[in-house]
Amino acid sequence: MNHHQWDDAHALSGAYAVDALDAEERARFESHLENCQHCRDEVDGLRDAAAALGSSQPTEPPSSVRDAVLAGITGIRPLPPVTAEPVPVPDTPPSPAADLSARRRLRQLRRVPLLVAAAVILIATAGLAVWSPWSAPDDEKVHLSVTERVLTADDAARVEAAFDDGSRATVVISRSVGRAVILTEDMAQPPDGRVYALWLQSPAGVMVPAGLMPDDPDATVPLDGDASRATAVGITIEPDGGSPEPTSEPIAVFPLEA
Amino acid sequence: MDPVPGNPAGASHQGALAGAGPDLGALLRSAARGDTAAFAELYDATSSRLHGLVLRVVRDPAQSEEVTQEVFLEIWRQSARFDPARGSALSWMMTIGHRKAVDRVRSAEAATRRDVAYEQSHQSIEHDVTAEAAHASLEARRVRQALGNLTDVQREAIELAYFGGYTHTEVAALLDLPVGTAKTRIRDGLIRLRDSIGVER
Repeated sequence: MNHHQWDDAHALSGAYAVDALDAEERARFESHLENCQHCRDEVDGLRDAAAALGSSQPTEPPSSVRDAVLAGITGIRPLPPVTAEPVPVPDTPPSPAADLSARRRLRQLRRVPLLVAAAVILIATAGLAVWSPWSAPDDEKVHLSVTERVLTADDAARVEAAFDDGSRATVVISRSVGRAVILTEDMAQPPDGRVYALWLQSPAGVMVPAGLMPDDPDATVPLDGDASRATAVGITIEPDGGSPEPTSEPIAVFPLEA
Repeated sequence: MDPVPGNPAGASHQGALAGAGPDLGALLRSAARGDTAAFAELYDATSSRLHGLVLRVVRDPAQSEEVTQEVFLEIWRQSARFDPARGSALSWMMTIGHRKAVDRVRSAEAATRRDVAYEQSHQSIEHDVTAEAAHASLEARRVRQALGNLTDVQREAIELAYFGGYTHTEVAALLDLPVGTAKTRIRDGLIRLRDSIGVER
């Protein structure tokens, strides 16, 4: 990873710690966090500072809130603790020693799904008489972009790849939204006259064109086409303008679990 | 600036923000096992700080109460995910609270509502006399002093982002800063805040 890019990503730690990133930047930075211990430590420290700032004007909520909370928790099962479980990261399996960084990495990978509930709830309008905290009607999400809908979907799943030159790409797919998004970090530019082409592999094994990557090492791109049944996402190098079918071996394949 | 070393012993983390109060990390661990009494104690020890933050961001009292309620339900649900190696329990809870408050104000409808409610909520803020509030007022004095160490633009950028719920891009526009520089002001300011508050990690 070159120094300039690292600085760029790193500079977002403060804005991330105070939730001052939009949904896309947040997803990108969380991708970066998975691989940057320095940023994780910094974010933790800055969140402590922000928490101190936020504690400076306490206001007791009405007792009705306490009653509602204590009644509400009886109907909610606390999530289990995070333990090691298979996560599709083909390039960097967690070490057998399950060291701290590996566990953090697992946590980071799982953060997007964990935050989904928050994103969904808060899109729901206030003042609903019967209030269902962990779900919202789908039509609440209509105004979101494809990228936002995929990244915040309940079933969003991530598949990552790292390349020898340090660049990284992550595919996020939501079967329920029926779309996939690719996020790249520090992608080297394709050779002159060439372009990175995206493909969705159909259940029959056919590579269907899903668009071209822009000339941007750090891009967030929704793939064209229906991804609800796709079995993989591929990247190939094609002549400018793309090709109706791949003309070269893929430089990356992201297998998608059914 | 050195990375902050993780601390595997969770109990010591409450020192910076929770003072002599109950061990919030231990209460969270009990909650994760389904202990509702422990969670009630946790609520009593932290609700005025969580609600104070939510109210500052959301501004509308009725909506703030809903968000505070959501926040505590989410804290209950995620209690097993609290990792003392990554910060204090209060900091973890405030992070959840802030995220929810910000998500609320970023919905367009809520954004219009909070403007109407602005005056009202600013008059309704009152400090109570619980031990939590007494401790928090000490904390507040430290924070005010720490804020005095920031440049005006750092302080404004942090307040617009953290209490205003604006993105760094919006903060840049609000402060007439070149695009991309607000995030730097926010980060520099937070680093200075962290260092001058002396957050114990």
